[in-house]
Amino acid sequence: MMNLNLFNEVTAFIWQEGDMLDHGEYGGWLDLWTEKGTYIIPIDPRETDYENTLNYAYDDHHMRALRVQRLVGGESISTSPQPRTVRTLSRIRVLGDDGVNVTVRAAQNVREFRKESLKHYSADLTYTLVRAEGGFRIHRKVISLINSDDTLAGIGYIL
Amino acid sequence: MSNLIPAINLAIDPAELVQPDRVHTSLYTDPALFDAELEKIFHSTWIWVAHESEIPEAGSYKTTYIGKQPVIVVRDRKKAINVLLNRCRHRGATVCEHKKGKTNSFVCPYHGWGYALDGSLRGIPHPESYGDCLDKAELPLVSLRTESYAGMVFATFKDDIEPLEDFLGAAKKWMDLFMKQGAGYGIKVPGEHRFRFPGNWKIQLENTTDAYHFPLVHKSFLSSVDEQTLALFDFVKGPGYVEDLGNGHSVMVMIPDLVDLEADLDKPIPERFESLAAELRDEGIDELQVRRIVRAVGGSGFNLNLFPNVACSMAFFRVLQPVSVNETEIHHAVITMDGGPAAANRYRLRLHEHFQGPMGFGTPDDSEAWERVQKGARAGEDLWIMLNRGLPGEKPSADGLISDVSAETGMRAAYQQWKKMMTAEAK
Repeated sequence: MMNLNLFNEVTAFIWQEGDMLDHGEYGGWLDLWTEKGTYIIPIDPRETDYENTLNYAYDDHHMRALRVQRLVGGESISTSPQPRTVRTLSRIRVLGDDGVNVTVRAAQNVREFRKESLKHYSADLTYTLVRAEGGFRIHRKVISLINSDDTLAGIGYIL
Repeated sequence: MSNLIPAINLAIDPAELVQPDRVHTSLYTDPALFDAELEKIFHSTWIWVAHESEIPEAGSYKTTYIGKQPVIVVRDRKKAINVLLNRCRHRGATVCEHKKGKTNSFVCPYHGWGYALDGSLRGIPHPESYGDCLDKAELPLVSLRTESYAGMVFATFKDDIEPLEDFLGAAKKWMDLFMKQGAGYGIKVPGEHRFRFPGNWKIQLENTTDAYHFPLVHKSFLSSVDEQTLALFDFVKGPGYVEDLGNGHSVMVMIPDLVDLEADLDKPIPERFESLAAELRDEGIDELQVRRIVRAVGGSGFNLNLFPNVACSMAFFRVLQPVSVNETEIHHAVITMDGGPAAANRYRLRLHEHFQGPMGFGTPDDSEAWERVQKGARAGEDLWIMLNRGLPGEKPSADGLISDVSAETGMRAAYQQWKKMMTAEAK
């Protein structure tokens, strides 16, 4: 029997996170994370030991804050002008719930527009969410691009 | 020197397009020149194809390209490295489509012709129809001349050109210095970032020997590092230099203190490496080796550009692959210590992710600048690309020519080699 309450809670949380990223609410986004939370974009789809392999991003709290600063700081020619993004999150499924951590998988399609070019990135997102006051905190988010092992171009925003 | 060459009327003479202090815009934009480059450069000299650690065991392979020709780099049962054209000798299909892996043989998926790891043709399904009109010994996968130096593997289509070591010449000692990043464990290439940008391959070749752009294009990266690192990367006014090493190769020394990673091991450990050093000491590693590892983790203080397609760039291998006149694929191959402490290797992986790749704090800004060069070069097709920076201070050196760190000496070296190869008579 599916726990629809839990499903609704995680869906609301994930949709809110996506909306924050598309609308540049980076301060609020940084607050969604646990202190030790990691934001990971792997290269090899079969890899599971992200810490000891090369990724596109393996951000702890410090690096997430720096990444946000780079996006808003106006010093980077690849993010000025900033890309516009619209992401659609769906196909959300709760994979596990041990009472503390909830593991969730979702589909994400991001459309990016910047300087004459419209791009599209599809990914599986796998979240480890921790129950916290007022909802959840993100302990881990793995963004598995379906073309992660192909050649990519610069991505000047937070996937 | 400033006379115009109207591109539209140009009967392309590469000799006129490269001057001592400038090159013609058509070098970025002319598809006919690009086709000639494939033949006269990429099919005519030593091209980097792999680091030995990418194919560690018998049967390990990777696929890549020389110019636009698909090749397989594979270690055979005798541990020899073969570079084979990825083309079945029957009707031409590729025999391998994976980026890397391990295998006992290559079998064409179309009609099942099977090849050994050294390229020899071993099996043909239903051979009876050939009677005696097919000799397997005559139809191996085409094997290219392959030579290595310092773990870097190069191949060439030409049997009559100089040995690899002669071609590398003065660059060899810099390759040896670069490999000190192994800190005694040896160098391993466990992965890479691959990306493309809409621009000519020579724009990337220039960039590896361009200190001038660093403080401007990489301002957002510099804002993301600590004070000591910031000071380290403030090299444009510093005592570094660029040296033309001959045959199109050059070295740009940005941080002279980090040329020899095994020197100065008694100097204080930089603040950003203190926690790593403590972790290594806790593992029981002795103080000298801790210092050796920590110094190696930060990378070398120079970029070595090896004409035409690879660079030993501070802490990684930068590989370029021409796709078309206005598209180039780049690989930034990460380097770790083979069998070295996991904590040190994690540090190197995170440093690589910080700057390199499509989500790094450096690469996307480089890519944006290069894209704008290609776009801007559509305007004023009879104008020149200026490469005269650092000319007044340029002096002869033991290996070639030397000038200040942000001189365009390395670019001039590459373009003189380009000119030499593009104007060479076909043999």
